[in-house]
Amino acid sequence: MRYLLFALALGMFPTLGFSFEVDNRRIFSAQTESQVLKVISTADLDLFAGVIEAFQSQNPSVSVDYFEVSSTELVKALVEDDAQFDLAVSSAMDLQTKLANDGMALPFRSEFTAQLPEWAHWQDLVFAFTQEPAALVFSARDFDRQSVPRTRQDLIAFMRSHPMQFKNRVGTYDIRSSGLGYLFATQDARTSETYWRLAEVMGNMNAQLYCCSGKMIEDVGSGKLAFAYNVLGSYAAAQTNNQDDIIIVEPSDFTTLMLRSALIPKNAKQPQLAGLFIDHLLSFSLEASKAGDFPFPTLQRDVLEQETALRPIRLGPGLMVYLDRLKRKNFLKAWENAILQKQ
Amino acid sequence: MNDHVTATRSIRRRLIVRLLASAAILAVILFLVVQSFGRQLGQESQDNILAASVTSVLDAVTVQDGALNVDIPYSAFSMLGNISDDRVFYRIEQNQAYLTGYEDLPFAEGLTTESQPAFATEQYLGEDIRLVTASRKLSLNNQPVVVRATIAQTRNGQKQTLRQISQTVLFLGIGFFAIAMVLTFYAAQSTIGPLRRLAASVSRRGPQDLRPVESPVPSEMVPLVRSLNQFIGRLKKSLSQSEEFIAEAAHRVRTPLATVRMQAEVTLRRVERDENREALREMIRAIDESSRAAGQLLDHAMVTFRTDHLVVESFDFQVLVDELVTRLRPIAELKEIDLGWQMGKPALIKGDAILIQNAVRKLIDNAIKYSPTESSIKLTLSQGRSGISLQLIDQGIGFPEKDFELLTDRFVRGSNAQDTIGSGLGLTIADDVANAHGGSLELKNNTEGVGACVTFYLPLR
Repeated sequence: MRYLLFALALGMFPTLGFSFEVDNRRIFSAQTESQVLKVISTADLDLFAGVIEAFQSQNPSVSVDYFEVSSTELVKALVEDDAQFDLAVSSAMDLQTKLANDGMALPFRSEFTAQLPEWAHWQDLVFAFTQEPAALVFSARDFDRQSVPRTRQDLIAFMRSHPMQFKNRVGTYDIRSSGLGYLFATQDARTSETYWRLAEVMGNMNAQLYCCSGKMIEDVGSGKLAFAYNVLGSYAAAQTNNQDDIIIVEPSDFTTLMLRSALIPKNAKQPQLAGLFIDHLLSFSLEASKAGDFPFPTLQRDVLEQETALRPIRLGPGLMVYLDRLKRKNFLKAWENAILQKQ
Repeated sequence: MNDHVTATRSIRRRLIVRLLASAAILAVILFLVVQSFGRQLGQESQDNILAASVTSVLDAVTVQDGALNVDIPYSAFSMLGNISDDRVFYRIEQNQAYLTGYEDLPFAEGLTTESQPAFATEQYLGEDIRLVTASRKLSLNNQPVVVRATIAQTRNGQKQTLRQISQTVLFLGIGFFAIAMVLTFYAAQSTIGPLRRLAASVSRRGPQDLRPVESPVPSEMVPLVRSLNQFIGRLKKSLSQSEEFIAEAAHRVRTPLATVRMQAEVTLRRVERDENREALREMIRAIDESSRAAGQLLDHAMVTFRTDHLVVESFDFQVLVDELVTRLRPIAELKEIDLGWQMGKPALIKGDAILIQNAVRKLIDNAIKYSPTESSIKLTLSQGRSGISLQLIDQGIGFPEKDFELLTDRFVRGSNAQDTIGSGLGLTIADDVANAHGGSLELKNNTEGVGACVTFYLPLR
């Protein structure tokens, strides 16, 4: 390797006076360091490492200090702790939008951002660089690739007719702790009433609740779960070691598309460098030749036009509605009623 | 004559300056009005959406399990995002106590309950925001509760729309002004047109042309033209009066002069002393000159009269010249001058035969008068496509170079002609006749040898 990698366990860091929780951190040192780009991100470090290394091969004097956190911790770090980061990358579009709306982001313009479609950016503040479907992941032991349910209705019917097979073997996000899970759930509920019926049925099966996609996919692969609902398809596809054990399905009634997005926090020390990194992220989508090197699905305008089932979540103030204190309380209450069957 | 006329600023320039100034003022007014209209429209459209948003939020307020619940509709905020990428803030209060949203968001004052929403423009998080506040009354546990909702939006989208409108309106204003400029120049030009045409038609006139202006003129110019015509009329009258006076005077002088000359000749025969005879001869000579001048004056008066009232008829110019040559040959032969003249093809022409005959006679007379004895005068008639020229070449004293321009003026005689009797009206008459027929009289000296070359040209019409 051309440069040193530090893979450091969380416990080895002093918390630096911050209260947010860091899941993982790595410093990608440049050989001749002149600038440091501090990135706070929800993206899996192992998936993102390739993107950072590609950036460093073009900007060899830049070291990247990468903090992997959950989406709620990301907001906590930027808003409550006022921590200094140059770039915030998150899958929680609603939280990113709220950060920008509340004046926590710096504007950025470049020839790359100018090429973004309308739905892939909000103002000059938030820029989407992936489109990742919320997928169903089935265990290959329980389902046949040909006859796997392809819509939510089919899935509900399947579960109802085979209750014993699914008892305790259904997984989904715990939306109370997972920002992405909450985003997916609220968008599903907004799109179709079927969501609530599905949640009800999953609750009947005593659904297992997870913090993250990775763990869910692992459990589906091992057969612990028969299927998991609203898993990031990109993560499932990236786990190449258990491709035979899982079946990834993008529901054909509708598939919610999450757009992973980046913004430059207002207290960034290197906003120009962060802009360079945003251009780097966008270039995978905007330059066809680079798409293959990207660990995430790139933005694809034409696919959205052809496949009506794909519903990208639009960046914009509408996303802030579900972040409202009362709205969130109501939604979580309804969700708990359905999934936890608490009355 | 004094050609100097004091000029003030031109009417055309005055017109252009005033019209352009009004166009500029109109363009600026247009710009300001449309811009303020655009601003108002932009403000209204933002206000309308904000009002719709706040209404849908208030509609979503319900009482559940003895507590107020606000379930903000997704569309309440997404509709704001549809118009522009502006930032959105909101606050909901229950009886003026914070319930949810942005706690420090300002609200619009002056809201009377149960009435229209109130709007305000404020500052929040360092940006201009437009906000709407509305309220709704509910009953909670039999107590009235007022729920007040405020929705705010930054104004970047509106400002950008306004900038675009301003730019468009600016181009509109400039375009308006440019068109006005073209029209102004056109209007000024066409207003000044009749004046220019009148000035051109008056200055184009020949010196004898004293007809009144008859072409139609705009009503504003009628007094001017009427005065001009009256002036011309007075001038013409006074001119013709003086011509008549001269003709009358010449006529009255000529008859007694003939009597005096006859008496002088009779006396000459009787007188025998040499000095008395010499004095009488001198007297006769002076009488001849006076009589000739009177004749010429009469001729000139006749020519002037006839050029004003040309009697146009068709005749053969060649026959006219031939008759004159036949009649004048005896006089030429007295000085042993050979009049060279050949008849050729008939030369039909339209014009006043009497005037033309008079003019040609003056030219031949002149040639004979200024030719030395035993010389020759050659007359040539040539027909071109556009007219007929009669050329007279003699072997006389010719014209003095410096006098060419003046010789056709009245009573001007060549500086080398002092020894010959003459009135200085011959060439004037010939020139006037030629001009009256649209022709010309050309005077020059022979390029080879001595003598003058006079060309009398008449167009064929």
